[in-house]
Amino acid sequence: MAQPAGLLYSKEHEWLKLDGEVATVGITEYAQHSLGDIVYVELPRVGAEVTQFANIGVVESVKAVSDLFTPIGGEVVEVNPELESDPALVNREPFAGGWLFKVRVADVGERDNLLSPDGYEELIAAG
Amino acid sequence: MTATQGRRTALYDEHVALGGRLVPFAGFDMPVQYAGILREHDAVRHRAGLFDLSHMAQFELRGDEVGAWADGLTINNVATMKPWQARYNIFTNERGGAHDDVLFYRLADSWLLVVNAANADKMWRLLSERRPAGIELANHHGSRALIAVQGPRAADILAPLCSADAGERLRAMKYYTCVPATVAGVDALVARTGYTGEDGFELFLEGADAPHVWSALLRAGSPAGLEPCGLGARDILRLEAGMPLYGHELSEEISPVAAGQQWALKLSKPAFVGKAALQEQAARDDYQRIAGVILDGRVPAREGYPVFLGDQQTGEVKSAAVAPSVGNRNIATVYVGKDAAQLGAQLGIEIRGTRHAARVVTLPFYSRPK
Repeated sequence: MAQPAGLLYSKEHEWLKLDGEVATVGITEYAQHSLGDIVYVELPRVGAEVTQFANIGVVESVKAVSDLFTPIGGEVVEVNPELESDPALVNREPFAGGWLFKVRVADVGERDNLLSPDGYEELIAAG
Repeated sequence: MTATQGRRTALYDEHVALGGRLVPFAGFDMPVQYAGILREHDAVRHRAGLFDLSHMAQFELRGDEVGAWADGLTINNVATMKPWQARYNIFTNERGGAHDDVLFYRLADSWLLVVNAANADKMWRLLSERRPAGIELANHHGSRALIAVQGPRAADILAPLCSADAGERLRAMKYYTCVPATVAGVDALVARTGYTGEDGFELFLEGADAPHVWSALLRAGSPAGLEPCGLGARDILRLEAGMPLYGHELSEEISPVAAGQQWALKLSKPAFVGKAALQEQAARDDYQRIAGVILDGRVPAREGYPVFLGDQQTGEVKSAAVAPSVGNRNIATVYVGKDAAQLGAQLGIEIRGTRHAARVVTLPFYSRPK
């Protein structure tokens, strides 16, 4: 299974798309499939300062609560408003409509700590 | 698929072939889901679902005195059961706590006792130690299989797989009865019982026959919407239907009275283990007890979360789910003090440091439309 190109990935199964100084963050197809039916997503508030790899929320599936980490640091500028009423959007469109939040990146150099699509593919292939 | 090391039911290969996600459960590798828990839940409520419950233990009891003996160990009536009747019951300890909740099935000249997988060894020891002369016990745990077909279309799916007369008998069966029948050419005991809150059947059969019957059911039932279902869906279905799960709403510490299972408690029986303790508990009426709550918001509760009445912690969450059959609300059972368990009581459930409002409601959360 090839991972979408143009994105960066964390070992915690988040993806990140850089657009200028703003990064959009979500969880991967692999992550949503492992979690199963998602019933609740708790995200940081807009304006929060987050640091790379910090635990900033939770994703709850029917069976379990999983911590959510941010793959990059900065200021949260937007959270996906659809997820409040439709958390399963993350299951249906993890790389598109099911994005989680956007961060104004403080240090673009932090992207060097993330994985390429091939690197992430190797990570999940290794189990 | 994660390779695990548990015992395998006779249907293990079917689960793997169907893409089931296997998890350790009571010593077995059991499917927690196939296509998805919520989809499977929906199948059972509106169409039908197929479950492998072969991890549950089947004990066979023989002897003229089985009824009288079992009456001394349990809260509900056993000896009064008629052949081909099924009945829920609870084995109790001296303090009134529950060893296990079980189903007795009375057959022509023996009894089938189905106990929870997690309690199988404990219950086998208990029965073996207390077995009087003249009663024979046989342990079929792991060798006999149990397949459940649950949902409004269960009878329509199952009846055509039985011989013509058996198919008709099956449609006419009352809830909590059983009958021997040939299903897809295989001898089985078919019971109209289940743990989902829907109409449905449970099929007891030899493990070696189980894969054939499982496949025949799936093939015949798929056009009617039958789907394989895992333990994840089963847990939500039973919780919505207000049925206790041992280890959550019932335990060696949580008695049938505290669990709200008084309907099964027959104090008219002359003597049984724990009777005095249960009588005293019921009379005192001051005990911690199980109540059902609906949470206000969208944040799910989980087992073990603290429950507050005012500023005082009064207990904890025992089971919880996002409940599709309760308007997708967050439901939970809580084990709390008497005041906190009153209908309409406003409670607080602490979730990651924040209190979330919850209101006590009547159990069950869901009853199937008649």
